[in-house]
Amino acid sequence: MTELRLEGLVHVYPDGAVRALDGVDLTIRHGERVALVGQNGSGKTTLVRHLNGLLRPTAGRVLVDGVDAAGFRVAQLARRVGLVFQDPDRQIFAATVRAEVAFGPHNLGLRGTRLEAAVSGALAAVGLDAELDANPYDLGGARRKLLALASVLAMGTPVLVLDEPTTGQDAHGVETARRVIADVAAEGRTVVAISHDMTFVAETFERVVVLRAGRVVLDGPPGEIFAERSWPALASTYLEPPLPAIVGARLGLGATPTDAALIAALRRYLERKR
Amino acid sequence: MLELESVTYRYAGATEPAVHDVTIRLAASEVVGLCGPSESGKTTLCLIASGLAPRAIRGTLAGRLLVDGADVAGRPMHELVSRAGICFQDPTTQLSGVNATVYEEVAFGPMNLGLPRSDVVARTEQALETLRIGDLAMRDPSRLSGGQLQLVAIAGLLAMRAAHLILDEPTAELDPAGTRLVGDAIEELAAAGTSILIAEQRTDLLARICQRVLILRGGRVAFEGPADEVLADPRLEELGGAPPSAVRLRREAIAAGIDVGAVDRAIAAGATA
Repeated sequence: MTELRLEGLVHVYPDGAVRALDGVDLTIRHGERVALVGQNGSGKTTLVRHLNGLLRPTAGRVLVDGVDAAGFRVAQLARRVGLVFQDPDRQIFAATVRAEVAFGPHNLGLRGTRLEAAVSGALAAVGLDAELDANPYDLGGARRKLLALASVLAMGTPVLVLDEPTTGQDAHGVETARRVIADVAAEGRTVVAISHDMTFVAETFERVVVLRAGRVVLDGPPGEIFAERSWPALASTYLEPPLPAIVGARLGLGATPTDAALIAALRRYLERKR
Repeated sequence: MLELESVTYRYAGATEPAVHDVTIRLAASEVVGLCGPSESGKTTLCLIASGLAPRAIRGTLAGRLLVDGADVAGRPMHELVSRAGICFQDPTTQLSGVNATVYEEVAFGPMNLGLPRSDVVARTEQALETLRIGDLAMRDPSRLSGGQLQLVAIAGLLAMRAAHLILDEPTAELDPAGTRLVGDAIEELAAAGTSILIAEQRTDLLARICQRVLILRGGRVAFEGPADEVLADPRLEELGGAPPSAVRLRREAIAAGIDVGAVDRAIAAGATA
């Protein structure tokens, strides 16, 4: 069980040019699936880097299970929060896929068959189980990104944080990311993901947090965040609702953030008319 | 006109070609999309079209790259860059890493073309304005977010004002507004005569900007044609492509036996909202 709480979180990078985070209050409860969205430069990546101690607050606090994370070393936080970078090449370093994925769980103390199981389980989850002995750099960009995901997945942390898991992925890769998130959530673990893909967000997450200029401006379930009354606030952050939400609103069908929700609402509407 | 004439490319050390016998012709003002699953050859085709493969990326090219009718085999890269410009998938690969501000980064390309200072300034400012990143001008590129960096990389390319542009997933890290701005910039450039080749997984963007789309599989063209037909072709999904939102929604409405006319009207109304 791991609860993350941000209290008045402020982050100013050393050049002092921008307050990347300008007072964020946010509680992420155990087992939640939370999408973090917002304009380029709104502070999303800066925020998630506080969750595993890669960045430390300029002001405010990060509480992990009620304990101030300032007292944790990065290695201690890494047992609780696994972070997958946006750019896999900032993360991948080993000469084989197996060594890459084994690094994290090995550092957590796993050995022998337990280590093997963690590695093969994570690679199977992302569909790279046939590539154990491949060099990561012989894989294309999309598969390197899935490898980076597997190497954090293998650590089995109670919290998984993904920075733009679907960029550069084809439909199959997006589906893989969606399934991994669903499986991790089904195990009762927490998932926090940054994404610009509103269709993916609406279909995969139960809660959407919208950032603008380092502050939280909207926070709620996809049905609420993409409903017509939220459009002005979304527009102020340069976001657009997914197409089914727009179509549902135009037809007066209420909150329909996903294709499935829209089709179901349309069917109910037509049955009423009959 | 930018032409790839039956190009086949094998990377140095690879046993199989990454691209087999692909022909693409881009006329002035034409926007052509490349779509297909990961590792289907999109990036390799972009590298060939820009002349970087095999000049900077080692490998063997069969077939020809023609720029405005001339075979450019053997011509050096510096002759090509003012004619055909490429934007890489990863902005950190694109950026020089030597400029202290975004302004200098965007001005870097035109300065290296040896243009008069006033031209460099005009091009830089126009490129920053087109992508609405004027407020980033004095920022340090190494301190920007991934999406901001991508816009800076595209601005740097726009400032080169090449007749042919090759864009490899230019919106991968962009928010919807950034994606729309890049789409607007592509439409404006095409209207002014630029030919544009764009590799992209976001079929919503391709549907908006492309006249023609090629779907790739295993380094070959699986099928191609007018954008609206290709993106609505059921084979796209079989190849691991995601159809545009409107195509998907329409298809699901039909499958559910719902009056598709109402859905079409709502999609049209939504698109203009």
